[in-house]
Amino acid sequence: CDSRLPLTFTPAPAPAPARDQFQEELVIRPLHSGDIYASFQFRTLWDTDFLQERQKKVSHYRLFPKSLGQVLSKFSVRELHISFTQGFWRTMQWGQPFIPSPPGAELWVWFHHTVSDVDGNWKELTNVLSGIFCASLNFIDMTNTVQPSASFKPLGLGNATDHRFLRYATLPREIVCTENLTPWKKLLPCGSKAGLAVLMKSEKLFHSSFHSQAVHIRPICQDEQCTSKAWELRQTLNVVFDHYTSGQGKKEWSLFKMFSRTLTEACPLASSSKVYVDITDNPELFELSPATHLLSRAVVLGDRRTYSVYDLTRAETFGQLRSFNLLLRWKGDNMLRPLLHAERYVAGFGLQTGEIHTVIYNNHPYRAFPVLLMDSVPWYLQLYVHTLTVTSKSRDNKPSYIHYQPAKDRHRPHLLEMLIQLPPHSMTEVTVQFERALLKWTEYTPDPNHGFYVGSSVVSALVPSMVAMSTNFTQDQPLFSSFVPVKEESSYFVRVYTEPLLVNLPTPDFSMPYNVICLTCTVVAVGYGSFYNLLTRTFQVDEPSPPLAKRLANFIRRIRGVPLLA
Amino acid sequence: MGYYSLLTTCAFIHLLVFMPYAYSNYLENKAGQFFSSGHTNNWAVLVSLNKLGFWFNYRHVANTLSVYRSVKRLGIPDSHIVLMLADDMACNYRNPKPATVFSHKNMELNVYGDDVEVDYRGYEVTVENFLRVLTGRLPPSTPRSKRLLSDDRSNILIYLTGHGGNGFLKFQDSEEISNMELADAFEQMWQKRRYNELLFIIDTCQGASMYERFYSPNLMALASSQVGEDSLSHQPDLAIGVHLMDKYTFYLLEFLEEVHPASQANMNDLFKVCPQSQCVSTPGHRTDLFQRNPGSVLITDFFGSVRKVEITKDTINLTSSVKPPIQRSGSSDMTIESLTYVDQLPVAEIIHQKPKQKDWHPPDGFILGLWTLILLVFFQTYGIKHLKHIF
Repeated sequence: CDSRLPLTFTPAPAPAPARDQFQEELVIRPLHSGDIYASFQFRTLWDTDFLQERQKKVSHYRLFPKSLGQVLSKFSVRELHISFTQGFWRTMQWGQPFIPSPPGAELWVWFHHTVSDVDGNWKELTNVLSGIFCASLNFIDMTNTVQPSASFKPLGLGNATDHRFLRYATLPREIVCTENLTPWKKLLPCGSKAGLAVLMKSEKLFHSSFHSQAVHIRPICQDEQCTSKAWELRQTLNVVFDHYTSGQGKKEWSLFKMFSRTLTEACPLASSSKVYVDITDNPELFELSPATHLLSRAVVLGDRRTYSVYDLTRAETFGQLRSFNLLLRWKGDNMLRPLLHAERYVAGFGLQTGEIHTVIYNNHPYRAFPVLLMDSVPWYLQLYVHTLTVTSKSRDNKPSYIHYQPAKDRHRPHLLEMLIQLPPHSMTEVTVQFERALLKWTEYTPDPNHGFYVGSSVVSALVPSMVAMSTNFTQDQPLFSSFVPVKEESSYFVRVYTEPLLVNLPTPDFSMPYNVICLTCTVVAVGYGSFYNLLTRTFQVDEPSPPLAKRLANFIRRIRGVPLLA
Repeated sequence: MGYYSLLTTCAFIHLLVFMPYAYSNYLENKAGQFFSSGHTNNWAVLVSLNKLGFWFNYRHVANTLSVYRSVKRLGIPDSHIVLMLADDMACNYRNPKPATVFSHKNMELNVYGDDVEVDYRGYEVTVENFLRVLTGRLPPSTPRSKRLLSDDRSNILIYLTGHGGNGFLKFQDSEEISNMELADAFEQMWQKRRYNELLFIIDTCQGASMYERFYSPNLMALASSQVGEDSLSHQPDLAIGVHLMDKYTFYLLEFLEEVHPASQANMNDLFKVCPQSQCVSTPGHRTDLFQRNPGSVLITDFFGSVRKVEITKDTINLTSSVKPPIQRSGSSDMTIESLTYVDQLPVAEIIHQKPKQKDWHPPDGFILGLWTLILLVFFQTYGIKHLKHIF
């Protein structure tokens, strides 16, 4: 590896090899319902510029995976966020996740402003990513891609944001399994051989009520003065284990019980490798072993939380047995009410019309705040926008900004974005009626009676915070609190996803062509055939041929000239 | 005494002179063997044709995964395997042990494993995609892992399992592929020099009907049942609730578990797998299009992979610790303005957002047709010669 090259002051300076660093962390948070939330984050920071044409093309990759680096430079990507999720995040029972994601696959990309054909780049990018992650992302095309006009602002550095360079798509049907985890693990510098990634055994990870793996790539500030950019690659894996609620265990767990592995060493390529355990709720009722005196306080999601820290780069963490197994027992319950929460469902009956209801709850006792609701509905549910109503506390609530792009059949989905002010301690309901379209018989999937999926709605909001958030950017902040950039101290940004919908479309009987052919042929053969026979058939008398003896006798009689026998 | 020492030195010199010759002879033999089979790389296309959403078709996925596991174990890397699974059984909600697919009852062997890469899954497993993979006619944006990049020195193994009938196979219960189409696809592959030798294994009902129509050279085919017979499934597992494997592939897996990368087992042993006493159906095979004698074809010619190994005796020193990042010297003196993050929800900006400028598109067909009509009528009424009066 070339990181040993010293900097030389020559008249024609060769560019110094870009430095890269890798950090890994695991946060364990016991949820008040008895479940355990484990969040892995792996971050690679690299001071290089993929998009600069003056510099020679990046060809030496050390910690940053080459497959992703080539994707970024080939398609001039400014920001890339992709997530694969199995299960639905229950906000009411579990609170807010560190990094939210909708069920299925979600991909949103900001392209560089030098790109001339964004749609072409988007199509090729989805195909390349489907090969990298072994997922059917090639099903993302114009019929399920939207360009949000106000949601999904870039999470990285940048100033001007022209929404023509943003593309967003979800595949709610996408399944996540070991075949997606395998290539994801291979992107890590240590793979799954050392560090925190050894805990990722698929048999345990997928036996959970929520599993989400994501890749986020964006440019961020290199240092506090923020004069130059660095590329950040974050690989996150969030999983919620439900041993207690599914009746398989007590409120006591350990790393070995959750992952069937213990930690033996930190990744040698990592500059920092830490395990955080959230002990805010009941510090005296927690029993944590091995004990640690390292504590860290961080303000995350508007709340000041206390964490016990285990540093894996220090050998004493592993103790005598050279293995680190965290054990936690806790008693007590703490009710938790998230400030923002959303649900969605389909109302109506029959296979012709229906109504989509989206309900957003603001649980803050006295503060009102605005939320941005983004809905992307496929073209085969034809929305009637004149029936759109927004009501809060049974009164009409007019949104201050509406952006609606109607669908084009087989070409483009509906996009509805609204900025709604939520009154304090209230429930806001958004309803819109729709009609189900009849698809062409070749457009049905092989299992049409399963239903068709409608992607989750996205609710983005700046929620008022109880505790002042810190706006300073430092390198030493734990990764879970530094994902979303904070602009002001009194609120924090949160994104809530609703459930995806499963809607039945009127499905034809696919055996009908065969039935019709059989019936028509039978009718023609029996009905028309008999009629034709009746009209054209004539009867003739047919003498049976006489037996041989008689024929011989007749022959002799003819010779003799005597009249023949009958 | 001198005589004996002379003898030993003579023998020693003899040995010294002839040993390299014997060694090079051995090397030549090995090299000759390397080139006698005629192939330099191995590929595998493994397809499972079960119907989406039907849990009792678990056994088809288990069949394909057990062949995948054997092929990987014997040396073919993931980059040379195209795995097509029509349904996800491992992470299905009905699976009592998620992320596992078992082939033996009592959950003895997990064929799904921890390191699996599925290239085509779910709705992507269609007749069109299968034929495109075989013939190589894929859209240009298809990633490498989804392509069969074989050449004229590749040995390809093709394994199909699912439901079939006399002369056809069902793909996801909504499409069929006939034996003639399959034979034509192989002929296209031969003409485009996409294979050196091809082994075709099929485990469906009436499987032998699928290889009846082959006509390209260097094809060998194996089927689990003859025309008019059904292929049967093997043991059920009471915890999972379905049959885990089909009989033919179960005994094929047991046979392949005994094979290791240096094994000398040949095709005649493979033909003896699962006789009628075990399988109830009669497995069949077809070798008339194959140039070589099946007895001289090794199993590893198709199930294993040829690897080029270079043995070196030099040691390479790896640096043990991570060097601390080098401090970059401030090379530029000009002040660079600091960059900022974008506001995530700029409410004021959103409310006063100007409507997006729509890109200008040229007029579409209707408007063009209308204007053409108007112009036509205009020129017809007034005629060309009057134009100079108007303009």
